[in-house]
Amino acid sequence: MKITGAEIFLESLKREGVKYIFGYPGGVVLAIFDLLYDNKDIQLILTRHEQGAVHASDGYARSTGKAGVALVTSGPGATNTVTGIATAFMDSIPIVVFSGQVPTPLIGNDAFQEADIVGISRPCTKYNYLVKDVKELSRIVREAFYIAMSGRPGPVLIDLPRDVTASKTEFTWPEIDIRSYNPTYEGNRWMIVKAAHLIAKLKKAVIMAGGGVILSGGSKELRELAEHTEIPVTMTLMGLGSFPGTHNLSLGMLGMHGTYYANRAVQESDLLIAIGVRFDDRVTGKIDAFAPNAKIIHIDIDPTSIKKNVRVDIPIVGDVKRVLTVLNKILEEDVKEQWGEVRKAWSRQVDEWRKERPLTYTFSNEVIKPQFVVEKIYELTKGDAIITTEVGQNQMWTAQFYKFDKPRTLLTSGGLGTMGYGFPAAIGAQLAHPNKLVIDIAGDGSIQMNIQELATAVVNKLPVKVAILNNHYLGMVRQWQELFFNERYSYSHLHSDVVPDFAKVAEAYGAVGLRAIKPSEVEPVLKEAFKIKKTVFMDFIVDWKEKVYPMVPAGAPIDHMLFEEAEKKAEKKLKAVK
Amino acid sequence: MRHTISLLVENKFGVLSRIAGLFSGRGYNIESLSVGETIDPQISIMTIVTSGDDQIIEQITKQLNKLIDVIKVVDMTEFDHVEREMVLIKVAPKQEEKAEVLRLAEIFRGRIVDSSQNTYTIEVTGDEKKIEAIIELLKPMGIKEFVRTGKIAIAREGVKK
Ligand SMILES: Cc1ncc(C[n+]2csc(CCOP(=O)(O)OP(=O)(O)O)c2C)c(N)n1
Ligand SMILES: [Mg+2]
Repeated sequence: MKITGAEIFLESLKREGVKYIFGYPGGVVLAIFDLLYDNKDIQLILTRHEQGAVHASDGYARSTGKAGVALVTSGPGATNTVTGIATAFMDSIPIVVFSGQVPTPLIGNDAFQEADIVGISRPCTKYNYLVKDVKELSRIVREAFYIAMSGRPGPVLIDLPRDVTASKTEFTWPEIDIRSYNPTYEGNRWMIVKAAHLIAKLKKAVIMAGGGVILSGGSKELRELAEHTEIPVTMTLMGLGSFPGTHNLSLGMLGMHGTYYANRAVQESDLLIAIGVRFDDRVTGKIDAFAPNAKIIHIDIDPTSIKKNVRVDIPIVGDVKRVLTVLNKILEEDVKEQWGEVRKAWSRQVDEWRKERPLTYTFSNEVIKPQFVVEKIYELTKGDAIITTEVGQNQMWTAQFYKFDKPRTLLTSGGLGTMGYGFPAAIGAQLAHPNKLVIDIAGDGSIQMNIQELATAVVNKLPVKVAILNNHYLGMVRQWQELFFNERYSYSHLHSDVVPDFAKVAEAYGAVGLRAIKPSEVEPVLKEAFKIKKTVFMDFIVDWKEKVYPMVPAGAPIDHMLFEEAEKKAEKKLKAVK
Repeated sequence: MRHTISLLVENKFGVLSRIAGLFSGRGYNIESLSVGETIDPQISIMTIVTSGDDQIIEQITKQLNKLIDVIKVVDMTEFDHVEREMVLIKVAPKQEEKAEVLRLAEIFRGRIVDSSQNTYTIEVTGDEKKIEAIIELLKPMGIKEFVRTGKIAIAREGVKK
């Protein structure tokens, strides 16, 4: 029996196990929307902006490990997805985005609502397709999900011309066969053996875990490695949750706003075991001065990540989980070491650094400190929540003061640093986890970038909580202006203590709006919000002067850190660094 | 250092722009590029001449390999190989230099593929040095324009450097 492209599209999604599509309609995708109208298997979540749809599908993917799906119309619908796609691309998140396209005979004619989205999205997708013939459609959909999920995951876009969705053919479901695409999953055993021997030999080792650990589902193996060898673990922003933040071997995050002890440990280590990371400049600081004395073992599924930014002594291309499984086995069976003895001096040293400069801030009774809000959220949820963030200081304070114990509990735009990510991502995560507490820790600037998704949350009865750390500023910008631009706050003041009234905005959308001005109100507001089974905005009016510390100025080595108490002295030093 | 990289790619639309985009997006430079069919019409072969230090060349080959439509990447520089390029040169020599132009063409085993009242168009094939040499020699005799194909390369059978 012949069926239409639109029907093939839906049947293919069903076979891929898709339950939700995040989307927005328009002319060329109306045939698909019409079919969705009474489809029992797949529900479309109508967002209020295509960017929101893509971030929501990304939040769904990050929180579940399954591919997220978005569907938009041609032209502006398609171009509105670009930020969301680029966000997923930078963080290796599997999503499949379907964009409508003008009918094939009109492509290239500057037709109404035509945009070359395949061209536009080429550099920020893992792969993309323009479907030219309905006979190819089911194969392309199947391939797209496979490509998105396998190897180093990433977004795939499929451009669907209207006539293709209208034409008919038999449904087929061909096996995937891409001769030019064969990700390497098994690490080279010889390299792993060499790595094991280095681990046994060197005494000042640090593990640096990144998003790849989470993507490969390798947290258990990572923990085994760390516990068995007693090597401390630091994490990149994307790696938070891959290893328990409350574990006594955890050093927290490293890098620009990393902990003193993580950065010191990396810099003084003689062995850095980098797992599922890509050495972003926010992590390495000045590259020539990064971990200067360390041998580097680098495990990653993407060969291009290895030796891209830092020199590597033992490269291991493969899936983190599988490589760690082999490595652990070799370490347990062949390299029988008394790890405790070997590491003793080193762990004593690391503990000293911990004591020397723990993560702190100055609590106040008068004004709410943003870090205090994050701490309270952690305390009240006991870490049992899915946290999303926006971008800026809010993101860094969350990374520092919320202890992530489990993978897929922090959803944040690490690579692209997309303001406006957190709220729609929380919506996607909440949909996938209806009984979980999902909280977006937001900035007053970022939240306004996708605030329209309040409607999506409310209409779909998604009890997402948004905790706005309202410092009335583009706080991270303000921080840099204070430190590096002579306190000239050029266009970073948002006046968001007065405009808008976030609580009222929430109420206007049918959500609940709460506000806290004094430190004593923080806990009651959070408790109330967590009790309410509705979408809640919490507006925490926080100390606008607060800065994220420690801080490594851009381009400095990561042990050249600035601390809160040394603000004034630091300023001089900073100028010297610049 | 300069490298000649040979790529087998799927013969699909958009592949060239993926490869060009990779080079431009990452700031690598393409000195020449040529594309053509292979024995299998579904596969095209591209020859790219690029330059960079070892680390950059390693990244380029890895990044090319990572592209989904790329089937195989060979850095020809690692192999004994034959390289060829073709040039079409249009010269407009003075009357008294015409004979010299024809003589040079012959020395370089070039062919005159077109001639007019005032011009000759010469076709020359060879490696890069040869092409550059004939261009240099003809320059004083008034080259109007020339067009080069870019390099193609093929490995010599059975020898690895
Ligand atoms: C879409 C986008 N535009 C601009 C930036 C640059 N930027 C980074 S942080 C920041 C300020 C964010 O302000 P806010 O959301 O209030 O967070 P805060 O730093 O105050 O916590 C800006 C503008 C960005 N990351 N993303
Ligand atoms: Mg702010």
